[in-house]
Amino acid sequence: MNFDAILKALIEDTVGKSLGHFAPEIALCITIVGLLLVRLVNVDRWLPTYWVALGGAIVAFGLASCQFMEITPDGETQYLFTGLLVYDQFGVFFRLFLLLFLVLVIALTVISGIPDNEDGPDFYTLLLGATIGMMLMVSANNLLILFLGIEMTSVPSYVMVGFLKGRKLSSEAALKYVVFGAGIAGVMLYGVSLLAGVLGTTDMSLIAERMHDLFAGDADLSIRSNPTLRIVVLASLLIFVGIAFKLSLVPFHFWCPDAFEGAPAEVAGFLSVASKAAAFALLVRFCLALSGSGHGELSTDVMLYLGVGLGVVAAITATFGNLAAYAQTNIKRLLAYSTIAHAGYMLMAVAAMMVLVNAGPEFFTPENPKTELVAGALEGLIYYLAVYLFMNLGAFAIVAFIRNQIHSEEIKDYAGLGWQAPCLGIGMAFCLFSLVGMPPFGGFFAKLMIFKSLVDAGYVNPFMWVVLAIGGLNTVFSLIYYLRVLNTMYITPRPEGARPVRFDFLPVGAYVILVTAPVLMTGFFPIIPDRLSDTANYVARMLIDNL
Amino acid sequence: MSSTFWLLTFIIFTPTIGALALWVFDRKAEEAMRYCALLFTTITFVLTLLLLGQFKSTDPGIQPLMYQDQTNKSVPAQEVTNYHFAEEGEELKGGKTATAGQIIWKGAAYDESELQRGVVRKWIDRWNINYTLGYDGISLPLVLLTSFISLLSLLASWNIKKHVRGYLILFLLLETGMLGVFLSLDFFLFYVFWEVMLLPMYFLIGIWGGPRKEYAAIKFFLYTLVGSVLMLIAMLMVYYNSGRSFDLQFLARVGQGLEEGLGFSETVQIAAFILLFIGFAIKIPIFPFHTWLPDAHVEAPTPVSMILAGVLLKMGGYGILRIAFPLCPWGAQYAAWVLALIGAVSIIYGAFAAMAQTDFKRLVAYSSVSHMGYVLLGIAVWKIGESSGAAVGKEYWLMGMNGAMFQMIAHGISSAGMFFMVGVIYDRVHHRDLNQFGGLMGLMPLYSGLAVGIFFAGLGLPGMCGFIGEVFVVLSTWNFSKPLAIVAAAGVILTAGYILWTIQRVYLGPEYKGPHKDKITPMNGREKGIAFVLLAFAVLFGVFPNLIFGIMDGSMELLVDNLDRGYQEVSRAIKELSTVMR
Repeated sequence: MNFDAILKALIEDTVGKSLGHFAPEIALCITIVGLLLVRLVNVDRWLPTYWVALGGAIVAFGLASCQFMEITPDGETQYLFTGLLVYDQFGVFFRLFLLLFLVLVIALTVISGIPDNEDGPDFYTLLLGATIGMMLMVSANNLLILFLGIEMTSVPSYVMVGFLKGRKLSSEAALKYVVFGAGIAGVMLYGVSLLAGVLGTTDMSLIAERMHDLFAGDADLSIRSNPTLRIVVLASLLIFVGIAFKLSLVPFHFWCPDAFEGAPAEVAGFLSVASKAAAFALLVRFCLALSGSGHGELSTDVMLYLGVGLGVVAAITATFGNLAAYAQTNIKRLLAYSTIAHAGYMLMAVAAMMVLVNAGPEFFTPENPKTELVAGALEGLIYYLAVYLFMNLGAFAIVAFIRNQIHSEEIKDYAGLGWQAPCLGIGMAFCLFSLVGMPPFGGFFAKLMIFKSLVDAGYVNPFMWVVLAIGGLNTVFSLIYYLRVLNTMYITPRPEGARPVRFDFLPVGAYVILVTAPVLMTGFFPIIPDRLSDTANYVARMLIDNL
Repeated sequence: MSSTFWLLTFIIFTPTIGALALWVFDRKAEEAMRYCALLFTTITFVLTLLLLGQFKSTDPGIQPLMYQDQTNKSVPAQEVTNYHFAEEGEELKGGKTATAGQIIWKGAAYDESELQRGVVRKWIDRWNINYTLGYDGISLPLVLLTSFISLLSLLASWNIKKHVRGYLILFLLLETGMLGVFLSLDFFLFYVFWEVMLLPMYFLIGIWGGPRKEYAAIKFFLYTLVGSVLMLIAMLMVYYNSGRSFDLQFLARVGQGLEEGLGFSETVQIAAFILLFIGFAIKIPIFPFHTWLPDAHVEAPTPVSMILAGVLLKMGGYGILRIAFPLCPWGAQYAAWVLALIGAVSIIYGAFAAMAQTDFKRLVAYSSVSHMGYVLLGIAVWKIGESSGAAVGKEYWLMGMNGAMFQMIAHGISSAGMFFMVGVIYDRVHHRDLNQFGGLMGLMPLYSGLAVGIFFAGLGLPGMCGFIGEVFVVLSTWNFSKPLAIVAAAGVILTAGYILWTIQRVYLGPEYKGPHKDKITPMNGREKGIAFVLLAFAVLFGVFPNLIFGIMDGSMELLVDNLDRGYQEVSRAIKELSTVMR
């Protein structure tokens, strides 16, 4: 093949196929350029920049939903940009998810007034830039894109955390985040280079196959005596560390409470949902890339235990997050620890998936085939993320609105607020009860789905039942600190002389209803939970079937 | 869609609609909001009366009496089990195809709208969760009790002055949760309603309660949540062991060994039963899981105490009758002795504890522990012949079951009345110290007369509702175990002891020496009305117990027969298994 032919094929691949499927990202890129231009030519005096950002996000969301409608269940998985990205239902669904979230966050910033118009272009550029990074993460098919996506998400996040200039806490948080992030990036890059060096490829869809070839006929598959295997496992662990940092899993969570406390509530909400969702999508892709469709020697010996290891980390993370949240007096710090705990719950689903993928055929029956159970675990994760989007964003949005009135984020200053702002109080109750996992809210369904897949995984490795028990116990633990917030809002009376708060129904109340109503509707409502679980299952099934 | 569907759905959700409707009013229009809430609880009560009108005690079965298929051919209900929902275009016998959502049974399609005395609608298909509602002679009296007590305690809520709208909304949501628990026949749905009821209760105690309200509220919440988690585990266990079903009717058949190829093993029966039992026992509450109750009752405002004692405690008993026993008959029989023992201990312990109290409301709270012990004892008196496994003296067991059920209704009326009476005097003198009362008979003769009447109902005076339940339970216990019967009968004496002593300390005596003597005024019309109605029903059910027995007798008999047969089936299967293993 001569140079011309390669060039032609490249152009054909890029222009003919990839760019079209890359449309939402391109829309966001154009919006970013537009945002900067608007300020350059002083249009932002009469056209607030948030309209540009909101418009761009909505267009991108529309494009992604067109893609989700259009992508057909049958047919080969498509690879974009010569295999750097993968284009499948899973990726498109997550892009849709991220863009919906982006639209909601921009709407929140418009209402809560952070940033002001002066800082608008900078802030929205960072926000959109981070979202593009996340969209790369969810459709990564190459270890380089994996690294690039994480970095592209992280760098704007550092800046956004420190966005409140002049606040010492904010700058400290940003610095802490940067130092951690940079260190972890190095570790992860080391893992990527090791893995690429041993396997001779960075293409994630080839990893399982190469590994299979590498260890085929290798009688000795013990980590202690097989150096190649040791390197592969080490490299995978290093990459897991990078993802764990984004997920704020214990012991890589130290940045999270500080960053959330220092950052504006809007940014904290964005980081707690969007970057988690993207990192989970990436984790799922990486796990599936490692184990392939999961048979052969390696899977039972090594990969299954990687799954169990994830389960251990998940149990520790959930327990730690919940216990640490007890002592918090700042609502954002409390929510930060709750975020850590929830990352733990969601990781349980990934652990269950990893265990089930690598289980031998003897664990499955024709009534409960392997694909069904694996897809079930993934379905739980997707449902959880969908509910989590609303409940966590709702909680952070209410924190932001209350901050605008009482200029405080201490829990004790929330005393009696539930009665003065009924809409916000009820919204907060919905979100927090859903975070506990109480029926009739969506969080209950989501948690039950994950627990159900842990039961399935427990048949393969009984340790997963221990994880399940820890998860169940955590649900009871977590009740107390969430209730403390509600106690303060409803039971403690508003102190004498405190300035009364007033919220107008438009736009604050309407926004809170918009965000918290789905929390209830994904839990106890006629059609919606059915449809959502069907969609989640469809997305999961497509990913598993294409292994 | 059948009228039953709408009737049952509206019974559950009318209070919710009421809760939404309350937002229409201006913040200051508190009186209007109260009337609005009253209107919606009254509508709910009328709807439950319609349910009573539809019920025929000659057809005691719970679920579909009759299916009608597409050709209008009626099928007797007892055969219709193990149905599933059709997918679009599913093949039927005779080359026809079904439309999505129809009920398929033995190769023929039935429209779900034709179900009677029950509803099955698909909810979350992938999980096999359905919106299944239905009622029979066991749930119907409890549904009526719920809507009735809710109505009365709403009337008793008139003097709640703080955050009226919030109070009424939570109250109505609570009613939705309670009715949902009694009407749902899908385990998942049951669980959801069970928890739905928990959230408003927490706030009702926590916001409108007494001085230690936060402690009492969180204690109540934590206890119940632990019970719920245990129930959830049991739910997953039976779900996985029944080929993934939440349908309580179907699960009961699996548990009783009536489904080919399906069944709960010995371990599952016992483990699931224990988990379910603890979950429900916390709610009843039974010694030693009762410690949340005195706190919650004492701190809760009067109307909420009425609901707690009148309805919430019954959910535990109902759960045991509807879920724990039918799903795990083998486990239940295995544990029968322990249950009976715990029941007897609760009776005696609750009575002694009540005797030791100086707080009026705490005394009534402990009397609930004692009275609910009879419920457990009556359910548990299941004696089997060692060799055959068949129930010995089944009619006595049936009698015990009936007595337990009657006791639940009777206690619902008498304890709600007792709490209301305590509330009336507390509103006036703002204390509940038994040692500072006395002489109320002279100051408030009508109130004292009514209160003494209601306390006598609680005591179990012949001719009043408390008597029937206790005597049935004690009589049936004689067949089960004579010592236990003696213990249970001794409980009656203790009850008489503490209630008479209370009457003496509060209502009799020369004069009232406690604080706020000047505030003691006669009852107002609303209070009189509530007290009269409760006392009237206490007498009515005492004199004509058949009003309740008539409704539930058939269903109870069916339940007892099913359990008896189920136990024999399961033990035969277990025996076969153990011989094969050998």
